[in-house]
Amino acid sequence: MSTSEDESTEAFEALLAADDRIEPRDWMPEGYRKTLIRQIAQHAHSEIIGMQPEGNWLTRAPSLRRKAILLAKVQDEAGHGLYLYSAAETLGIDRAELLDLLHAGRQKYSSIFNYPTLTWADMGAIGWLVDGAAIVNQVPICRCSYGPYARAMIRICKEESFHQRQGFEILNTLSHGTPAQKAMAQDAVDRWWWPSLMMFGPPDDESPNSAQSMAWGIKRFSNDELRQKFVDMTVPQSEVLELTLPDPDLAYDEGSGHYRFGAIDWSEFFAVLKGNGPCNEERIEHRRRAHDEGAWVREAASAYAAKHAARPAAEVA
Amino acid sequence: MSTPDLTAAGGHGAVPVEGVPAGHRSETPASRTDWPLWEVFVRSRRGLNHQHVGSLHAPDATMALRNARDVYTRRSEGVSLWVVPADAIVASSPDEKDSFFDPAADKAYRHPTFYEIPPEVQHL
Repeated sequence: MSTSEDESTEAFEALLAADDRIEPRDWMPEGYRKTLIRQIAQHAHSEIIGMQPEGNWLTRAPSLRRKAILLAKVQDEAGHGLYLYSAAETLGIDRAELLDLLHAGRQKYSSIFNYPTLTWADMGAIGWLVDGAAIVNQVPICRCSYGPYARAMIRICKEESFHQRQGFEILNTLSHGTPAQKAMAQDAVDRWWWPSLMMFGPPDDESPNSAQSMAWGIKRFSNDELRQKFVDMTVPQSEVLELTLPDPDLAYDEGSGHYRFGAIDWSEFFAVLKGNGPCNEERIEHRRRAHDEGAWVREAASAYAAKHAARPAAEVA
Repeated sequence: MSTPDLTAAGGHGAVPVEGVPAGHRSETPASRTDWPLWEVFVRSRRGLNHQHVGSLHAPDATMALRNARDVYTRRSEGVSLWVVPADAIVASSPDEKDSFFDPAADKAYRHPTFYEIPPEVQHL
């Protein structure tokens, strides 16, 4: 290692030690840069793929109010994707290439979006549980050591709060409605509870990469810590909803002040991750088709811009 | 069971990171296959400066403004927007940090606290 690289490493480590932020033009280890690109890109992909399960219900929302809200939420997901692609690009990568990697299946998105949205109540369960879990995951990233990622997360977290509350409201309305509506809400919670717990990733002793991410200040809490936090927040909310969480082992532990929960079926998680979830192919196929069929719009916009750029200034005026 | 290396830190849930390509480094990100890159600045209300909020791709200035409105001000976060072609921005380099910003470091007398004033003096 050359002297200047030693000095750069020292400066980088000093910034981390002071809990200061790393900014795009700072020197950073190649591993740090690549870890961030993978994480931010796959986070961005999750946001835009996440538009699909909810987009499924846009035309069938039960009222104009619900439809307008769902439209705003799906639009937010697109916006979140854009904030994150913008943050990834500060690391010297092109958004176009990231999209190519997604379409080729070489970069992934969160497995939670490979589950189908079978009923309207799923819009409630996604908002309450999936967005709730996402918030628990994302709030600590607002203090991520990489400035542009942290700033994007601050914007996203502000908006996720609306997502979670609108989901809770949907379920609360259904669960205090007719018996059929309550059953629909319960069924959605039964299907989304365990996948939501899996969103936090495998137990800490099986997550060897986490230690490096923690040392770099990218990750602030372990998978198990975040999962416990989510369970502790969510169980009392389920009581207000008067819905049952599908876990016979779920119980409050006086000693620790935490809710204890049953064993997670990780074989399901890994099966979905490997591509064997209910909707893996449909999601990526839909994404590719939207991209390909939108190509003419992008080309037309470029042609229009080129034509106007070529015009003499006098003509434009 | 051998577990693939996963991190939940990616917001919407655990995604494998090991062996995932991180793309190729591009020195001129604004000029490749995508539309030009624009940096976006928002004035959140009258009386405040425009503040940098992020970037976006757009084919021309008009589209950049419209897209900036949709991406960065969906909740009335702004009363005025600037979009600036990213390659028009000239930045100081962090590598120059020491020498570039040094002249300010040894001039404590530019700050009011530098001066010793008798304690009984008021309004100064």
